[in-house]
Amino acid sequence: MSILANKDTRLLVQGITGNEGLFHTEQMLFYKTNIVAGVTPGKGGDWVLNGKIPVFDSVQIAMEVTGANASVIFVPAMYVGDAIFEAVDAEIPLVVCITEGAPIQDMMRVKQYLKSRKTKLIGPNCPGILTPGETKIGIIPGNISIPGNIGVVSRSGTLTYEVLYALKKNGMGVSTCVGIGGDPVKGMGFVETLDLFEADAKTDAIIMIGEIGGNDEELAADFISRKLTKPVISFIAGVSAPPGKRMGHAGAIIEGTSGTAEGKIKTLESVGVKIARFPEEIPGLVNL
Amino acid sequence: MKLHEYQSKILFTMYGIPIPNGRIANSAKEVRQISDELGGKVVIKAQVLVGGRGKVGGVRIAKSSDEAEEFANQILSMEIKGLPVRKVLVDEAVSISQEFYLSIANDRNTQKPVLMASSSGGVEVEDVALKTPERIIKRTIDPLLGLRDYQLRDVAINIDLDRMYWQEFGEIINGVWKVYVECDATLVEINPLVITADKRLLALDAKIILDDNALFRHPSLAELRDKDAESGPEIKGRAFGVTFIKMEGNIGCLVNGAGLAMATMDIIKTLGGDAANFLDIGGGATAEKVAASLRLILEDQNVKAILINVFGGITRCDEVAKGLMTAYNEVKPEIPIIVRLVGTNDEEGLRLLRGSSLIPAETLVEAATIAVQKAYGG
Repeated sequence: MSILANKDTRLLVQGITGNEGLFHTEQMLFYKTNIVAGVTPGKGGDWVLNGKIPVFDSVQIAMEVTGANASVIFVPAMYVGDAIFEAVDAEIPLVVCITEGAPIQDMMRVKQYLKSRKTKLIGPNCPGILTPGETKIGIIPGNISIPGNIGVVSRSGTLTYEVLYALKKNGMGVSTCVGIGGDPVKGMGFVETLDLFEADAKTDAIIMIGEIGGNDEELAADFISRKLTKPVISFIAGVSAPPGKRMGHAGAIIEGTSGTAEGKIKTLESVGVKIARFPEEIPGLVNL
Repeated sequence: MKLHEYQSKILFTMYGIPIPNGRIANSAKEVRQISDELGGKVVIKAQVLVGGRGKVGGVRIAKSSDEAEEFANQILSMEIKGLPVRKVLVDEAVSISQEFYLSIANDRNTQKPVLMASSSGGVEVEDVALKTPERIIKRTIDPLLGLRDYQLRDVAINIDLDRMYWQEFGEIINGVWKVYVECDATLVEINPLVITADKRLLALDAKIILDDNALFRHPSLAELRDKDAESGPEIKGRAFGVTFIKMEGNIGCLVNGAGLAMATMDIIKTLGGDAANFLDIGGGATAEKVAASLRLILEDQNVKAILINVFGGITRCDEVAKGLMTAYNEVKPEIPIIVRLVGTNDEEGLRLLRGSSLIPAETLVEAATIAVQKAYGG
């Protein structure tokens, strides 16, 4: 088992004819992800990758024809809001938005709209989902992780790869890895993802990778203390970050005195979460 | 991206928010002229993108045009927190009977806009927020519905605003909301919003921060960027597409990804060292970008060792190695450079580094340990 995506996931790619979209479609196909369609408005009827994947004008048509049940978005930042609204209105169950640089107010409107809808959103500005041995939705390198019983959820990209790689080197495998993204306004957070891992029979321990800014880790700590029975190991990036400096991610901004790495670490430790001081220390903290 | 007060006030005018009479000036002579027009009693305000300018003499009230010119000369030769004052705003001086705080900003925790207001406006508003948070009224705005009329009344009631000003106050908040939405701001703040002795509501100060991600929708606002507000290497980095932030330590860092870059700086700190910079080359960086990044780090004379940590996904390690060798052969740096390459094409990357004095490391811990040792003369 796994969460969010598995070998039965039928994926469509929004923005499949762009450079990024096409490149990563190929990478995902190489991982045997079941990609059934692409969507690029105005290019419906085309085929890409030597006739492997049909392109449609809209998400709705693509879903009707191919039975797609998940979408991954690679469209440029200025079209991200519209692309997500389109997918949500087509009632696709899962949307994973890889694109970075989405305007914050666009995402606020998306986020509010999603509350009345059933679609789950991951991202934007995230590496996506990897269920090792089954499917990959997004850009997480497939060869750095093996199937197993550890759930991974992260706000970061390459830092997540570092952790997956460290696990693999220690012979440890992953049920599903979810990169939820580093933007201040995003789809699923730690709490929703932890909830899914708790319910997943295949997941026995959870690794949570956070960073400075926002209160996602604090909300997670509260949820862990009330609901979670599985062990959680965490790494929080940004202990050395000076207050108020913006470290690339829109997500990594310290607001006032809240959102510091120290504060998050303290809160998580108080609910029994084991904290790694650096990514390579994580495998040693997983006792299964 | 922060806007200057004078730029923010121009936007305020366009959205019907009342501001004092005044104009921007580049010289003391211009200040005198504006002061003459405004009747001699003016406030001269340094236009720099840092807070606390009033406390260091960057805001002065002049009682005559002579005084205005004199103050302007002083302020225009100042540096405030390292930023030169190139322009001053000259506003009519008004007598204030009451000060309020008013803003609309992104609230990260609710992931919605929040309207904040207080009857305790002025320079000490952060103190008020800390010591008497109940004096700051906060109302969440639905990003799809927008600001509702009852919310305007609700805020007016809760800051004890005299009823005679409700209408005008509501129009000001609506103006702030429109600026926030139509300019894609992350903050629109009036502090203070005042009632003058002659019963006018005026935005005495104005602060707007725009969402960098949305500037593509606002090309004319994007042009307002003040290059003084960022230090040299940060602008240089942006020019070739990397995020660079100067820090105080002596170990230069070159990493792909913001989270990994922070984790790399953290481990340096854990091991007793200090990073000289944050540098995220982003995903899929080319050899040229890597070379330019390394050159940029080497410009910092404090740097005693450099730690390169790249986890290849979209980024190819051979491409990174090529860039490193280009800059290395050109600059011939004498400081130790520790390189950790893992992931896509890492073997080819490491092969390219062979024969150079770059020090390869297998793990992040190992790389950081060597970097800290070398930086402290080990």
